[in-house]
Amino acid sequence: MFSYYLELALRSLKRSPGLTALMVLAIGFGVAASMTSWSVFRAVSGDPIPWKSSKLFVPQIDAWGPSGRSDKDDGEPSDAMNYTDATTLMREHRAKLQSALYQIAPSVVPAQAGRHPMNVSGHAVYGEFFPMVDAPFKYGSGWSANDDAQRAAVAVISAKLNEKLFGDTNSVGKSLNIEGKDYRIVGVLDKWNPQPRYYDVVNSGGFSEGVEDVFVPFQRAIDVGIPNDGNTNCNETPKESGFVGLQHSSCVWIAFMAELDDSSAVSTYRDYLTAYARDQQKAGRFGWAPNIRLRDVPAFLEHEHVVPSDTKVSLLVAVGLLLVCLVNTIGLLLAKFLRRSGEIGVRRALGAPRNAIYAQFLTEAGVVGLAGGVLGLLLTGAGVASVGFVLPKSISDLARLDVSLLVITLLVAVVATMLAGLYPTFRASRVQPAWQLKSN
Amino acid sequence: MTLHPLIAALSKHKAGVILIAMQIALTLAIVCNAVFIIGQRIERVGRTTGIDESNLFLLSQQWVGAPSGDDADSIAKLDAMQREDLAALRALPDVQSVSSINSLPLLGSSWNGAIDIKPDSKKAFGRTTYYFGDDQMFPTLGMHLIAGRAFNAGDVHNQGFRDQKDPDIVILTKVLADKLFPKGDAVGKAAYLNGSGKPVTVVGVVEKLQAPGLFNSDDTTYNSTLAPVRLDANFARYAIRAKPGRLEAAMRAVTPALYAVNPMRVLDDNSVKSFADIRHDAYEADRGMAILMAVVALVLLCVTAAGIVGLTSFWVGQRHRQIGVRRALGARKIDILHYFQMENLMIAGAGVVIGIAMAVGLNMWLMTQYEMARIPVLYVGVGVLAMLALGQLAVFVPARRASNVPPVVATRAA
Repeated sequence: MFSYYLELALRSLKRSPGLTALMVLAIGFGVAASMTSWSVFRAVSGDPIPWKSSKLFVPQIDAWGPSGRSDKDDGEPSDAMNYTDATTLMREHRAKLQSALYQIAPSVVPAQAGRHPMNVSGHAVYGEFFPMVDAPFKYGSGWSANDDAQRAAVAVISAKLNEKLFGDTNSVGKSLNIEGKDYRIVGVLDKWNPQPRYYDVVNSGGFSEGVEDVFVPFQRAIDVGIPNDGNTNCNETPKESGFVGLQHSSCVWIAFMAELDDSSAVSTYRDYLTAYARDQQKAGRFGWAPNIRLRDVPAFLEHEHVVPSDTKVSLLVAVGLLLVCLVNTIGLLLAKFLRRSGEIGVRRALGAPRNAIYAQFLTEAGVVGLAGGVLGLLLTGAGVASVGFVLPKSISDLARLDVSLLVITLLVAVVATMLAGLYPTFRASRVQPAWQLKSN
Repeated sequence: MTLHPLIAALSKHKAGVILIAMQIALTLAIVCNAVFIIGQRIERVGRTTGIDESNLFLLSQQWVGAPSGDDADSIAKLDAMQREDLAALRALPDVQSVSSINSLPLLGSSWNGAIDIKPDSKKAFGRTTYYFGDDQMFPTLGMHLIAGRAFNAGDVHNQGFRDQKDPDIVILTKVLADKLFPKGDAVGKAAYLNGSGKPVTVVGVVEKLQAPGLFNSDDTTYNSTLAPVRLDANFARYAIRAKPGRLEAAMRAVTPALYAVNPMRVLDDNSVKSFADIRHDAYEADRGMAILMAVVALVLLCVTAAGIVGLTSFWVGQRHRQIGVRRALGARKIDILHYFQMENLMIAGAGVVIGIAMAVGLNMWLMTQYEMARIPVLYVGVGVLAMLALGQLAVFVPARRASNVPPVVATRAA
């Protein structure tokens, strides 16, 4: 029966090619616009570490007090930490794994003669950072807690930098000149570029084009004075000048992440943070009651508004476009179906039940939807390929065409068109056979 | 023409009428807001920086193995290296002038603070962005001084970039000067930076200078403070003005010249950037959003027009015989044409009334969710006219076909 309806549908669509083309075009464009914006939205709102994001937490401690904030902050502590709090939290070491980190942009001098120095970006982290974020290693590994304590001159580099400097050979044990000082390479990361860059949202704004090329021990970087390349926020001018002055100030510039495996660990850590803030209040460093936050990665990304509002507005507008296309399709299908009232009358008079009319016309709607979906697929492909022209590279690079996007595009087209076909089909099934036969 | 038969006929096609009206309403709501977004972005991109952007480029570089300390010796050494660079750049034949600079408008990286007319203020009176450069900052950036004087070589001193010392004198932009000194007598007055107690003297006022930050709101984006300070760090930025028409030659010449001074530095393809490129990159997202909105609005208008053509054609086909009867009874072709045009005007009219409410509602919702401004009445008004015109355009072809139905149709059997 289905093949018969299919044949009827195709014949009917061929009879009015203009109207059919209008519907297919409308659905194709509507679906493609919404799917293209959705691919971007999906890319920027995705969970960068889905298997672990609910165990990774960002502690925030209010080190500025109520007077250090503008009224619209709503009592939120700053999203980064000052040096004193970050290093104390590291020293007291209450989470399973944790790391304070800050963004660096040191120079690297290639060993080969005749090559100019270059700039790389990266982070100063603690050794626990690598297992905490499940960073994949191609060669070697991260460094030990002992290396952290010894402020050892060790480094982990990206596969990209390794290829550039050592031609993709195992460079573990070799020496690398960072900011004019030699570091021993202990590990080379495999391809790894999580987006959004959840461990340092404050500095990346969520998304960054570049790869992290170099990681060095936090305390080592502090010792040799590799400056912070990320944001520094102060609510008062530091009393001493220089990088050391920054470390002694209440300015916030350090990101912090801790791994807490279950809810009891989370509540213990939260209590610990509160107790820490209370101790600071008692010691006179904080002149206010404890004000702390402990958010997991998804909540922190939400809090930091990582998804650009332009992306949300685009998605909204594209969905609006799809909606208009569907209203349009309802109208055109209605015209198309009711034009065939005579045919429906004859079929009904010959004994076709209402259900048969439903099946026939929904099949026709489905065929239109499928055709629109195929057009939509092509247009979505073109759309995703060309988002690079209209969106910043850091975001457009993330939008990808994959099997799930293709399947969803087709599915949305067919289901939406069939939904749009419901009312016209209902009207078609209500056609009075007697009236049609008489008037013809 | 009386409207009564028209309305009576419409009530026979309730579903179709409602669908077209709804489509027009939705289209109006979305297109109004999309065009408003485009307008806002164009306005943003069109803001002027207050500097002469042609023939200007920026060089950012970093020394390798330079002193990283903040002690006097390190600073002195870094400053010597910087002055050496500046001298080498100024000696190039295609270069007109060079200034050390901490940032440029639209560059993104900025140094912000507070400024006040009272010492030791806790709550900032005005937000400002700082530009630090030497006495060549004015000729190099090409700013317009409107009061007082520019910096001269004797004003310039150097300090470590993490040194929090306030300068002795500053120049303010006009908007900032007017905010602090509403009487317009800023020159010679004292201001206080970042809640400090040390007075700094305002020696001049420039017409305009935009902040480097892209996310500054419209009322702070021109609040700039200029200080005659050469900042010393292990990196440096130089604003360079090429001689007219010699921009590319100058941009090619700077890298070898600096390597000749000292090869131990990071200086790659990204280090030399023309101001045109800085501007292009800064507004990439805004331009993209405007293009995206334009495409969506265009597709929407096409789809809606197509929908009107489709449904009206259907109605014309359905009423073939009635049209014949009307023609036989004496209606002229133009009467039939007007009938369909009038019908479309009524439906579109109902659609735009609902659409206005939806457009304003959507805008208000966007205002609560995202940083959107209130949509001006003009946008909605133009949108309404555009939708009515679109309806008339779309209905013309089927309506003309209707008007060509010959009266003889009336005599044929149905």
